Amino acid sequence: MTNTEHSKHAITMDAVSKWYDDFQVLRDISLTVDHGEKLVICGPSGSGKSTIVRLLAGLETHQKGTIRVYDQPVDAQGRGDIGMVFQQFNLFPHLSVLDNLTLGPMRALGMPKPEARDRAMAYLERVRIPEQADKRPGQLSGGQQQRVAIARSLCMEPKLMLFDEPTSALDPEMIAEVLEVMEDLARDGMTMICVTHEMGFARRVADRVAFMDNGEIVEIEPPEIAFTAPKSARFAQFLDKILKH
Amino acid sequence: MIIRPRLILAIVSLSALAACSAPPGTWGWYVVDPSNPSGWTNVKFLLRGFSSTIQISVLAAVASIIIGLLVALPAFAQSRWLRLPNRIYVEFIRAIPLLPMLFWVFYGLPVVLRSMGISLNIDPFWGAVITLALSDSAFTAEIFRSGIQAVPRGQAEAAQTIGLSRAQAMRYVILPQAVRRILPPLANQFIYIVKMSAFASVIGMEELTRRANELVVTEYRPLEIYTLLILEYLVLVLIISAGVRWLERKMGANESR
Repeated sequence: MTNTEHSKHAITMDAVSKWYDDFQVLRDISLTVDHGEKLVICGPSGSGKSTIVRLLAGLETHQKGTIRVYDQPVDAQGRGDIGMVFQQFNLFPHLSVLDNLTLGPMRALGMPKPEARDRAMAYLERVRIPEQADKRPGQLSGGQQQRVAIARSLCMEPKLMLFDEPTSALDPEMIAEVLEVMEDLARDGMTMICVTHEMGFARRVADRVAFMDNGEIVEIEPPEIAFTAPKSARFAQFLDKILKH
Repeated sequence: MIIRPRLILAIVSLSALAACSAPPGTWGWYVVDPSNPSGWTNVKFLLRGFSSTIQISVLAAVASIIIGLLVALPAFAQSRWLRLPNRIYVEFIRAIPLLPMLFWVFYGLPVVLRSMGISLNIDPFWGAVITLALSDSAFTAEIFRSGIQAVPRGQAEAAQTIGLSRAQAMRYVILPQAVRRILPPLANQFIYIVKMSAFASVIGMEELTRRANELVVTEYRPLEIYTLLILEYLVLVLIISAGVRWLERKMGANESR
């Protein structure tokens, strides 16, 4: 926790480039995110937005540039300090909802079972599904599964939450329940980076919106500017397309 | 394969006909007929082989699963040098036919051990267990590897983001899911071990096949005795199959994915 207080920014990316073989997915990305800031990243598929959050989560490696999270490299972070929510939920299908949530605290933090259960139940309350604790993920709806996945990350009490298209795999009527939980989290001051095309959510929650295309951050600004007066033609085009439908 | 129903029908009915109309003396079921005293003695002699066959098979299967898992895990190491032993073991062991390996273990391994200063006699029982376990472990290792690979990548990624180490992710997230998937092929391997345990007869192990052979030598009734032998294996394998189906149902009910 001491890191949190001393570092100036939550995240600093400096001239980060990444290649898959010959294909460059990220081109000289420089980006800072403040403590408690909510950043929404949007852009067409293949623009590199998921790659940024996957790098920050330590799921991928980059070839050039530096990434610091609370003044530390990604691989030097404490266990579960960077929470991640996936498009496909990635809940553990062989474990009950409760066991999905207690696994991290018990195995990664060495927390005793009763304490881990209490913490898990508290976060299940928070995402409003405590009654599903004993079910298997497969018995839940998509929206419920994603809320469980958010609670699973929160059980590690992360300093930073990453969301990689958290509502893209959901039926439309389930998107709202997941976004509500995310907004609730945002109000509590969590530092969040969300890759999403939910522009209503961006407008309500984001401090800044970043538009990516072709491995670059084309522009980054507060939502009131982004949605009314985008600077680049590419962003304007993109907004036009996704807002119409 | 081309199935010729008429040919199969012809063979079946001819043999049925032969069984019914054969002159006395061609068929000698009396040797294994439990209703007459000597037949009953013979049947008891044959059935007593079950205990060795089952013991050898169960021990070999358990050892094979343990060795197979230990061999499979390095296949997922990040270092090429850790992965190499896995490939070498699988390719090497898989290439050795069972019978030569049995001879090597039974006659050769004690010599190797003695040269290393270990004085250990390998009796037919442990010779069979070691051979079956080794020979099967290469296949078990491959089954484990494919089962682990079949678990979606997102599972390991989610485990990583909640702070689990690679080993913990394997232990608590990947393996439990992999084992459910590989239960049917593992059961196949167990059936294979039961059948291959018949080879233990050639190094003098008194199991089902050996006893049948011994009885044939004294009774000169190979057809009847070997028929009963085949039925013995059939019963054993059917019991295993039923057990595995029960286990699969039990695990499947818990998952409901």
